[in-house]
Amino acid sequence: MKHVTRKATRHVNQNEGLIFEKSSPGKAAWKLPPLDVPEVDAAKLLGQSERKDLGEMPEVSEIEIIRHFTRLSTWNYAIDLGMYPLGSCTMKYNPRVNEAVARVEGIANGHPYQPEEISQGALLILKTLSEQLIEITGMDAITLQPAAGAHGEMTGLLMVRAYHESQGNARKKILIPDSAHGTNPATAAMVNYAVENLKSDARGMVDLAALESQMNEDVAALMLTNPNTLGVFEQDIHKIADILHAKGGLLYMDGANMNALVGKVRPGDFGVDVMHLNLHKTFSTPHGGGGPGSGPVAIKKKLEPFLPTPIVITKADGTFGFEYNRPHSVGRVRAFYGNFGMFVRALAYIQANGPDGLRQTTEDAVLNANYIRKGLEGTYDLPYATPTMHEVVFSDRLQAKKGVRTMDIAKRLIDYGFHPYTTAFPLIVPGALMIEPTESEPKEELDLFIEAMKSIAEEVEEDPQIVLDAPHSTRVSRLDETAAARKPVLRWKPEN
Amino acid sequence: MRYLPKSPADRKAMLQAIGLRSIDELFAPIPAEYRLTRDLKIPRQMAESEIVDYFRQRSRENGDGYTSFLGAGAYFHYRPVIIDSLISRGEFLTAYTPYQAEISQGTLQSIFEFQTMICELTGMEVANASMYDGSTAAAEAVMMAVRLTGRRSVVVARSLHPEYREVLATYATHQSIPLTSAGFGDDGRVNLKELERSITPGTACVLVQSPNFFGTIEDVAAIAEIAHEHGAMLVVSIAEAVSLGIVEPPRQADVIAMEAQSFGVPLGFGGPYCGVIATREKYVRQMPGRLVGQTVDKHGKRGFVLTLATREQHIRREKATSNICTNQALVALMVNIFMTVYGKVGLKELAKQNLAKTAYAAKRFSDHGKILFGGAPRFNEFVVQTTEDPRAINSRLLGHKVVGGLPLKKFYPELGNAALWCCTELTTRTAIDTAIGLVPADERSVRSGKEEVEEVAR
Repeated sequence: MKHVTRKATRHVNQNEGLIFEKSSPGKAAWKLPPLDVPEVDAAKLLGQSERKDLGEMPEVSEIEIIRHFTRLSTWNYAIDLGMYPLGSCTMKYNPRVNEAVARVEGIANGHPYQPEEISQGALLILKTLSEQLIEITGMDAITLQPAAGAHGEMTGLLMVRAYHESQGNARKKILIPDSAHGTNPATAAMVNYAVENLKSDARGMVDLAALESQMNEDVAALMLTNPNTLGVFEQDIHKIADILHAKGGLLYMDGANMNALVGKVRPGDFGVDVMHLNLHKTFSTPHGGGGPGSGPVAIKKKLEPFLPTPIVITKADGTFGFEYNRPHSVGRVRAFYGNFGMFVRALAYIQANGPDGLRQTTEDAVLNANYIRKGLEGTYDLPYATPTMHEVVFSDRLQAKKGVRTMDIAKRLIDYGFHPYTTAFPLIVPGALMIEPTESEPKEELDLFIEAMKSIAEEVEEDPQIVLDAPHSTRVSRLDETAAARKPVLRWKPEN
Repeated sequence: MRYLPKSPADRKAMLQAIGLRSIDELFAPIPAEYRLTRDLKIPRQMAESEIVDYFRQRSRENGDGYTSFLGAGAYFHYRPVIIDSLISRGEFLTAYTPYQAEISQGTLQSIFEFQTMICELTGMEVANASMYDGSTAAAEAVMMAVRLTGRRSVVVARSLHPEYREVLATYATHQSIPLTSAGFGDDGRVNLKELERSITPGTACVLVQSPNFFGTIEDVAAIAEIAHEHGAMLVVSIAEAVSLGIVEPPRQADVIAMEAQSFGVPLGFGGPYCGVIATREKYVRQMPGRLVGQTVDKHGKRGFVLTLATREQHIRREKATSNICTNQALVALMVNIFMTVYGKVGLKELAKQNLAKTAYAAKRFSDHGKILFGGAPRFNEFVVQTTEDPRAINSRLLGHKVVGGLPLKKFYPELGNAALWCCTELTTRTAIDTAIGLVPADERSVRSGKEEVEEVAR
């Protein structure tokens, strides 16, 4: 390889088979205490329902399990290893104190049905986080119940529908900009609303004229991500809200990019009626390889009667409790109260930051994105010159001339020690490179990233094949996804 | 701020490089009238030691040190230490969804193993990478059956977890999916005659739970026969995963929607937990959620990728099988490690201990109240009907740092003074004896359920 990769060096890592391939009868990693009650005859108690055999479940020892998963872990990239510039995903540092406090005995082992008088600690956490998120968003009320962003979207749209029904007309459709996340249209469909596409203008923002002409009494809401997926703040936000409100529609804000706004501006102040937050983005709870998330939904007063049940209330004696009797509620969206463990982490994050820390966090996130934009402008095509907030979207237009596409550049970035950026999204930018550094990156890491991206652009000019064949340094090369989908192998089976 | 890796000089240098004088210029796109010119009204920055103190205090106010007999969809089982050792590795904890397969093989292979073990335990052919929890998994499994059959109504067992039923009702409301319910008989199992009467040619599926909300194991084979006879699918919800160690899985089901919290996931006041859907291979393209598949790289080496993504929202948008994106990956890893630790023999032994403790407790309780639903096998929960209101019993127990069974009046008024008790391998004989000692031994005066219903009706 021609170019020196400064951030990463190859090193040996261990091979490891599937756990089933290590199993053999008689090995065990468990030990139960002696039974202190009489033994039972399962056959007698369960009859036909007794299970005799657990099939191919593994039998391995503890050290093998430790090595197995530790070896697997070394095959992953992670925030703890370096920058994760995934646009829209907000891969920021996950503070370890959050993990520690989530494991404190009474918090980790609280049963959701334990009596309220011995749940005051958990209830206070729910109450405090709710109040702080309301203050941060400038909204009036909140539910913490949804388990993830998409689940929050569904909950939000259920409340939108309930609101319109209470006004005598449930309405028929949701307007969704062409730059939106795929979850937005998928959610609208789950709540039985038709989806109508709204195109962006030359600045990458909502086209006001188009909105004006498409807005009518059939439109229940506009689902808007702000800043949008181009990392652009919708400057006409108040006009957008006015157009919707004039015809009785609601403004739904997808809060996926709330990390660009915290402490600087509040959606509740610029006309948003309902929004969800992703605690695993803005509020630092770990992504964990794809979850768990948490998707609280904050709303304006007029939607409050429709919140999912239960809600936390302060009772007459000053203690906290759950209120279930809410006749206008949209119902429950999940058993129990939501991903409580994520609330603990998010609250610890807000506590560690305070008002000044949260503001500085937002400022650094926006500063980092603009620093990258400046560093790569000219090297990569910037389809929208509109000012950048927390993420910047380039396109592969210049590199495509050499037959190199965004996915190839992304894969080559792996050899330089970085996780790829988000590829091919938003859909309005053909060949998009969507880059979000977050506030967690020091200047040195950003400089290395810019250098890596420039180096790849040079490779595209001089030796595009090296980029097309990337990655070169990983334990597996590009995988055959077509074969995986055509003839799916979704589980291990013993060879015989 | 200690999480931010920049010095004032760094910030200055970066602003200079961009060609700006102040950070405020970066926020110029936000109309001035909306910009926040004050501090957010939240408490000042706290030191790490203060944060730890805050949550220790909350912990003390939250049932720390109590012995509990609560189950009802959230179970207290032992969590092997290595679960937290392994999931705390930054490469698992702080990784993203494994879309970039070349640098995500650790997560991908572990999910592939998870899917395999869920298949082995449930008797199904395919399992997904996880859903939010058991309640949403059940609702999504029902939607799946609606798509597969082209039929629109659903029969739901009343013995399904009441909160799962509420979640399903929410999901179904705007999909024009009418829900009808099938009651339970004296043995706590689905009333088969009533079930048969409830099924119509428009029934997409029957949804039951086994072991059901009362801990009773359903006659899944008989339910499946009735459902299938009418061209409906059978969806079975499993809320207590440990039961799979000793209870025959509902192999006759078409879709299984599971809550795997019992497998190494802390109670955590209700979440995060780990839902999962398992089904037959032929239905996989209507399955919601992520799936990992095995494939090869350019050099023929085995590797794993997220696959069949054309079902999902980021490809199919409004035509996707679900809007689910983020799932419960790290919790699924806990479940995976738990299943690996106990394995083929340990899971069975673990389940047997649950069975033994529960059998002992139920036997002891029979002198202090009426054990309902004795006619059918149960796993680790049982329902006791007492003369005294269980809430009164529980408040007495609470004084002894014991949390009694869940009073059922709120969900099943017809059962009168009934409570759902749960024992796991962690419930000691001493705890059972202590709790029972505090329940009055006056079983002879227990009235029948029928009288109770009349009382409630009045």
